[in-house]
Amino acid sequence: MTKINMVTALNNTLHDIMSSDDTVVVMGEDVGVNGGVFRVTDGLFEKFGRKRVMDTPIAESAILGTAIGMAMAGLKPVVEMQFSGFSYLMMHQLEGNASRMRTRSRGRFTVPLVVRMPYGGGVRALEHHSESKEVYWAHTAGVKVVIPSSPANAGVLLKAAIEDPDPVVFMEPKRSYRSFKEAVDPAAADFEIGKAHVVKQGKDITIISWGAMMRDTFKAVEAVKSETKIEPEIIDLLTISPMDAETIVASVKKTGRCVVVQEAQQSFGPASEIIALINDQALMYLEAPVRRVTMYDVVMPLFAREQLYLPSVSDISRAIVDTVNF
Amino acid sequence: MPLKTIDDFSIQQLHILDENGTVDTDLEPDLGEDELKKLYQAMTLSRMADARMLNLQRQGRLGTIPVNKGQEAAFCAPILALRDTDWFVGSYRELGARLMRGETLKNALLLFNGWEEGSVNENNDRTLPISIVLASQLPQAVGLAYASRYKGEKDTVVLAMFGDGATSEGDFHEALNFAAVLNAPVIFLCQNNQYAISTPLKIQTRSRTIAQKAIAYGIPGVQVDGNDALAVYQAVREAADRARADEGPTLIEAMTFRMLMHTTADDPSRYRSEDEVSAWEAKDPLIRFRKYLTDKGIWDEKSQDRLEADCKQQIDDAVKAFESQAPFAPDAPFDHVFGTRSDLIESQRAHFKARLEKEGAHDQN
Repeated sequence: MTKINMVTALNNTLHDIMSSDDTVVVMGEDVGVNGGVFRVTDGLFEKFGRKRVMDTPIAESAILGTAIGMAMAGLKPVVEMQFSGFSYLMMHQLEGNASRMRTRSRGRFTVPLVVRMPYGGGVRALEHHSESKEVYWAHTAGVKVVIPSSPANAGVLLKAAIEDPDPVVFMEPKRSYRSFKEAVDPAAADFEIGKAHVVKQGKDITIISWGAMMRDTFKAVEAVKSETKIEPEIIDLLTISPMDAETIVASVKKTGRCVVVQEAQQSFGPASEIIALINDQALMYLEAPVRRVTMYDVVMPLFAREQLYLPSVSDISRAIVDTVNF
Repeated sequence: MPLKTIDDFSIQQLHILDENGTVDTDLEPDLGEDELKKLYQAMTLSRMADARMLNLQRQGRLGTIPVNKGQEAAFCAPILALRDTDWFVGSYRELGARLMRGETLKNALLLFNGWEEGSVNENNDRTLPISIVLASQLPQAVGLAYASRYKGEKDTVVLAMFGDGATSEGDFHEALNFAAVLNAPVIFLCQNNQYAISTPLKIQTRSRTIAQKAIAYGIPGVQVDGNDALAVYQAVREAADRARADEGPTLIEAMTFRMLMHTTADDPSRYRSEDEVSAWEAKDPLIRFRKYLTDKGIWDEKSQDRLEADCKQQIDDAVKAFESQAPFAPDAPFDHVFGTRSDLIESQRAHFKARLEKEGAHDQN
């Protein structure tokens, strides 16, 4: 199988699903002629035309509101927010309407749409282009939040998101867009919405992460292998909400130790939720306090300092060693 | 009953200095030699600094930057109509305007190399930092204007700049409406450079002009040739005079063109032709303004050479100061999270510093 990067995997999925399902439409800023600023929608405009691939005016709220209307009337819009930092203008449409329409109408109106957005740091970008705010969306009942970590799971999960009957916020870690390639099986059954993926089985400690931090987590595990001889179990969360409690709890019951690696700022993030879950369902199995490695509660620093603030491989390594030696 | 016209509108376009540098003397603004030269110097410095920044970016000595070439008249001329006590609320593509407002080129370079310290204007405290989220600065401009009247400043005005793409955002419309109903002294100046990244104006709006959007909010709207520094100045001057006299806000649409890429991460060949770009070269704002000054007998080859040498020196000095700047404190991002001391933030700062100490040079993975 040829190896491809995440942008190609996402792009292939969009080409495939638009070819087989004519209710799928793509809309957003610069997604048509330009193929998206990261080229995720490259070639769609040429193949499917402007009726299905819309360059919209710059109005995030109207983009999502329009997509909600389309979705209620039977289309499956795949919306792009150019950067997650511009997505907050559509928050009231997502929170106030997309997430609630099923409940509000007692299931008569549904909103099967996908909001794609690149997010995360480490790419030397300008302000508003590096944050990880998945918790904003995850804190909204009725919205699913998915974060792929690699070419192999990105395309499969995007397809699942488009086929999902509810609104899905699909956050793409832009640092991983082109940083590595993998063989991709578009029909892989390992990935589904609501399911975390046990990337590596182990018995000594559970390490949970998602998005671009997965790569750093792998590096940290490699780095501590010789020193500690531990066999860690690594979980790629993939779906932030609804969270896969079963996989997390089963793993922590087995290992008794856990480190959570979160790119986002520390307080009120998914790591807090994971720790609460462990507290509820696996507290008596713990041999050590659950550690979290996160960014600090500061406004995301610009790129001259961002690497100092994002969790690093050595931070993760140290947390693993400390937790094992507790 | 027959339909009855209850209101009637038209939109006017202002040109003073044409592409050949010929001036319409009936409309020529009353600007002295010093002011004219100051404006031309500012536009030239902006053009040359922009080119140097692009160069530095291409060499990996600067991060992603927005590129300004072609819009110098549209963003420099308005500043000439402002006082230091007026507010300037910009977007991110108006380098020359920021320099005219006292921002140092060194700081601009620092900002675009990822240092928050660079977003400070040390010489004017009524200039807001760059605003990247489109149109979000416009309601803020209304608030600044309202507050200045509230505090008894009789003739302060606010100049707000934004691009054509920003006029699609709700914040643009809401700000115009607020300014109108509050009679706030705001000059809304749209840099219509025809493209929002790849999106041409005809996809952005079906309105023939952006200026006409003012009509819906009951305020004056005018279109000017944005590459004609005299027309831009005159329109802003009139709007400022009205605002100072408490006659409310104005929307000005400056028709210009982004000659290069949106930012250094953009490839314009994907969405527009060379022909389209070269058609605008003849309309260059600097060429016609130089011709105007020359025809007035206040500019010659020698003054041009002196100006270019002087701008080059300023830019060289700024680049040197920027590149020899010692790194700022690593923990500075903790300084301004809140205005009051937070134990949580301070404990995180302590953790951060201990970590840095332990690691020495932090691994850059």
